[in-house]
Amino acid sequence: MIESTDYWSLLYVFVLAAFIGLGVIRRVSRLLHTPLMSITNAISGIAVIGSIIVTGGDYPTGIRIMGAIALFASMTNIVSGFLITDRMLKMFKADRKPKPDDKS
Amino acid sequence: MNTAIVQLSYLVATVLFIFALHWMNAPLTARKGVFAGVGAMILAIGATWIQPDIVHHGWIVLAIIAGILVGVPLSMVPLTAVPQRTALSHAFGGLAAGLVGTAKYYLWFSEGPEQLTTFRMVAIIIEIILGYLTFTGSLMAAGKLQEVRWIPQRPVTYPLQNLTNVGLLGLASVVGVALTLNPTAAWAPALFPVVILLALVFGVLLIIPIGGADMPTVIAILNSYAGLAAVAMGFVLDNKLLITAGALDGASGLILAIIMCKAMNRSFLNVLFGAFGQTQQAKTEGSQKVYKEETIEGGGQVLEQANLVVIIPGYGMAVAQAQHKVRELYDQLKKRGVSVKFAIHPVAGRMPGHMNVLLAEANIPYTDLVEMDEINSDMPQCDVALVVGANDVVNPAARSDKTSPIYGMPIIDADKARTVFAIKRSKNPGFAGIDNELYFSERTWMLFGDAKNVVGELVKQLSGSAVH
Repeated sequence: MIESTDYWSLLYVFVLAAFIGLGVIRRVSRLLHTPLMSITNAISGIAVIGSIIVTGGDYPTGIRIMGAIALFASMTNIVSGFLITDRMLKMFKADRKPKPDDKS
Repeated sequence: MNTAIVQLSYLVATVLFIFALHWMNAPLTARKGVFAGVGAMILAIGATWIQPDIVHHGWIVLAIIAGILVGVPLSMVPLTAVPQRTALSHAFGGLAAGLVGTAKYYLWFSEGPEQLTTFRMVAIIIEIILGYLTFTGSLMAAGKLQEVRWIPQRPVTYPLQNLTNVGLLGLASVVGVALTLNPTAAWAPALFPVVILLALVFGVLLIIPIGGADMPTVIAILNSYAGLAAVAMGFVLDNKLLITAGALDGASGLILAIIMCKAMNRSFLNVLFGAFGQTQQAKTEGSQKVYKEETIEGGGQVLEQANLVVIIPGYGMAVAQAQHKVRELYDQLKKRGVSVKFAIHPVAGRMPGHMNVLLAEANIPYTDLVEMDEINSDMPQCDVALVVGANDVVNPAARSDKTSPIYGMPIIDADKARTVFAIKRSKNPGFAGIDNELYFSERTWMLFGDAKNVVGELVKQLSGSAVH
């Protein structure tokens, strides 16, 4: 258990990650904004980490029930988010005829 | 050693998440992004699970299995229902963040009050307010999109509404500050649920006044909140992967919300507190104007002789389930050497990019889906603009009529095409309750009827006249 948190480094990580996010997302094709949203749904399932810690720790039952519900909710997001993103992306075709991938 | 493995896995997961989003920049690489994301998530779950603090595995397995059992069917919904699925997913994300924050607070209160530092308390309060308001707000949004009977579709407004909402949020913040200053006071555990309750109510009240036309923006904003709630959880748990992944998610929601706002020429505050479509009175002065109707035969002939046809789809096309008939029309025209493009307005559909997915499902190559900004320069060369189920996004009043509520909204310049065919179910105005000048223009001919039937008739007309 870490006794004292290094708040400043956490805040740096947040600010830098937010800027990377803005830079990367800005370049996402407008064609794919719906799949983008569903893949970020899946990524927001990262709350699974906190849920596992709360569910699996040696804690009172009430605490762990909250953790288990959170874990269920996060897992639902991960599974449905990635599956539906892939399902949608498979529909995007450049042409009806099969064509070798453009290497650009 | 164990810590090193865990931290290294988290670091690799962060990199993979960034690549997952990076690869979404083009349809050719996008599926690679999904695999990167899945890999990152498996690493994150595995690294967390092997930590020595985790001793109860049965519950984890059960919760994961339950999540899979619900997640798989949720991924198979029809594409018209993707907006509500997305909203539901934000609700789950918000709930998870809220619950973990709540659990952590009570745990530390009873087992390690010294852990409740001011920094952590601030993070916990932000986490639960964002988490729970996203939970109920997204459920409301999902309900509105799904058209659940007991959730009003139309914006609900009442006097002092904005004041009530701001006051509620202010009250939650005040209680939050009191808790932050006295996290271990005897009354603190009793006051904590008050913040939760206020956040839950605020989420509902925030969405009640928002109408259907603003849903794409609202979904994007809620996406951002769900991400920021995960960031707050990262601060609470001192976990950098939560912070980076949450920040990526928050950034994505923010950018999409900005794009949606620009596409409607509105501001965030206006969307959240404006109650669009409520103040607009239906004008009756347009009653003398007459539509010019065109027959299917005539329409078919004009389409056949065109060089460039631009189809402008709106959500009405999806409601009428006409995508596949539109694809057949596209095929018929292509066979005759007519160049066919689809003009996609950013808010066509019910969430960002929705129309592209609906057309891709109907097997229309994405290379023929053109963004508004790009197609507008080609509109004067366009022989026929075919409007299918779209209304406000082609309304020239957005350019010319300063009194119109949609004035200043960027539109697809359908009125600049040589001929306009507009398919319309009835003679009623569109979503925002605004009359559309385009329909009365000299160059416009109306094709009244259900979009699926009209396009189907056009296809029949064209295939009938084909020389095989």
